[in-house]
Amino acid sequence: MSVLLSVKDITVQFGGVTALENAGFDLQSGELLGLLGPNGAGKTTMMRSITGVVTPQAGEVTLEDRVITKLPIHQRVRLGLGLSQQIVRPFRSMNVIDNVTLAAGHAKTLSPLAALGHRQRDAERERAYELLQRVGIAEVAESEPSSLPLGMLKRLEVARALALDPKLLLLDEPLAGLNHLEAGRLADTIVALNQSGLSIILIEHNLSEVMRICQRLVVLDNGRNLASGEPRAVMDDPAVQAAYLGTAGKVEETADA
Amino acid sequence: MAYEITLLTAMGIAVIFALSLNLITGFCGQISLGHAAFYGIGAYCAAMITKSGLPFPLALAAGFLLAGAIGTVVGIASLRVRHDFLAITTMGVGFLFLGIVRQQDFLGGEMGLSGIPSSGLSKPAFMTLVLVIAAAVATFSIYLKRSWMGYVFDSVADDEDTARMMGIDVSRYKLVAFAMGTALAGLAGGLYAHNIRFIDPESFGFVESITVLAMVVVGGIGSVWGVILAAAVLSVMPLWLQFISDYKLLLYGALLFAVMRFSPNGMAGMVTAILRRSKTTGTGGKA
Repeated sequence: MSVLLSVKDITVQFGGVTALENAGFDLQSGELLGLLGPNGAGKTTMMRSITGVVTPQAGEVTLEDRVITKLPIHQRVRLGLGLSQQIVRPFRSMNVIDNVTLAAGHAKTLSPLAALGHRQRDAERERAYELLQRVGIAEVAESEPSSLPLGMLKRLEVARALALDPKLLLLDEPLAGLNHLEAGRLADTIVALNQSGLSIILIEHNLSEVMRICQRLVVLDNGRNLASGEPRAVMDDPAVQAAYLGTAGKVEETADA
Repeated sequence: MAYEITLLTAMGIAVIFALSLNLITGFCGQISLGHAAFYGIGAYCAAMITKSGLPFPLALAAGFLLAGAIGTVVGIASLRVRHDFLAITTMGVGFLFLGIVRQQDFLGGEMGLSGIPSSGLSKPAFMTLVLVIAAAVATFSIYLKRSWMGYVFDSVADDEDTARMMGIDVSRYKLVAFAMGTALAGLAGGLYAHNIRFIDPESFGFVESITVLAMVVVGGIGSVWGVILAAAVLSVMPLWLQFISDYKLLLYGALLFAVMRFSPNGMAGMVTAILRRSKTTGTGGKA
C-alpha cells in the first residue's frame, strides 16, 4: 500500500492557545482511519488543517506526494479531498438533488468560462441521484433541506462530498446527533464506501461504531499524538483510557464498551 | 409620440443598468452601493470620445471596456473581503469617482460636460438601439442564470464557505460577475450620455446607486423579469411625477427597506409565493 495522505508535525495556534503541537499521521491508500480524542483534543483543527480552512504555523500536509499546505481550499478539493462537515451546511436555496448535482459538476465549474458555456445538467443529476440512493436518501431528492431531519442532512453532506469524486473522504462527526439506528446505518454506508476502494478519515465520538468499523485509530490529546494502531490495542492503552476518562481507575469496566 | 419615445429610451437604459447590477447583486449575492460610478465611467468615457470626433459605436465600446477594466481592478482589491465590507468599499468607490470627476477641468468639473455630439441616429432609431441592447442583455442574463455559471453564482450567494468545499474558486467567480456587471453599467452609461447629451457628476451620485439597487431588490434579487419590470416602472415614475423626483432618495430608500423587511425576494418572490400557495395548500413562501 502507498501513502495517500501524510500529515507531518502540524502546529496550530489560535492567539495564545495551542490547538495542535507537532501532531501528524500517515494514511495508507484504501484505509478507513478513525481520528479520536476527547473534546478539545484538536481533531477538528486537524481536519481543518488538511482541508485548508486553518493554516498551520508549522508542519506539512502532503497528498499523493504533493505538498498542499499552502493551497487554498478549493484547489485541495480539486486534488481529491472531499469533506463532510460536523455542522451540516446544505445550500438552503437549493433542493437536495441540486445540492449534490452542483458538486457532481465539478468538471464544469472548474473555470467560469467553461461554466458559462455549459447548460446541460442531466448527466450530473443522474450521478447525484445514484449517490443519494447510495447514502439512502433518494426519496427526498426533490425536498428542501430546511424541511429535513438532521440524519438526512448528514447523509446529504456525505453524498455531496462523494459527488466530488474524492480520493480521500474526510468525515467530521457524521454520526453526531443521530439516534442509534441512524448512526448504525450511516456507519454501514461508510464501511461500504471504504470497501469500494475509497480512503476515509473518520472523526467520531461514537466509540462503539468507531471500534466496529475502523481498521486503525489515531488518538490525539491536548493537540499531541497520544497513540495509534489497531483499534483494540489502542483502546487498551492506559494512556488513552486516562485521556478519555480523566482517571485510570475505571479502565476495567469500559474496556469492553 | 416623441414623449413615448423619450420614456421608452429612458426605460431601456434603466433596464440595462439594473440588469448589470443584477448580475453582481442578484445572481452572485454581492451588494454594491456604488454601481452608479461605473455607469458614470462609461458615460464620461463615451462622451469624451465622441467629443473628440470619434464615432459613436467606438464610444460605446470604450465605455463598456473602461468601466469593466476599472471594475475588475476594484474587484480584485475588494472581493476578498466579506459581503458587508464590499458594500462599504463600493460605496467608497462611488464617492471617489465623484471626488475625482469634480476636480478635473477636462471632464467639465462641477459643471459637467455639455454639447455631447449626437449619436447620429434619429430619436426612434436610438430608442430601437437601446431596446435591442436591453433585450440582448436580458437574453444573456436568462441564459447565464440557467448555465452552470448561474448555478455556481447561486451557491456563492447562498454560502461562500460551502461553495469552496465544492471546489469552487469563489473569488474568481465573484470577480467575473463584477467585471461583467461593471462593463454593462459602462455600456448603459454611454447610451445615457448620448441620450441626454449632457452629464454632470450628480447624475452618477449616491442617489443613483441607491435607485438602481432599489430596482434590483424591488424586482426580486436575481429574477430577470422582476428586475426588468421594476427598472421600467421606477425609471419612469420620476419623469411622470415631479413629487417622486423631488423625494427620490427618501421614497426609494423607504421602498428598499420595506421590501427587505416584508418580502426579501421582491416582487418575483411575492408572485412565486402566491403561485405556490394556490398550487399546494399549507406551504407558504420561505423567508
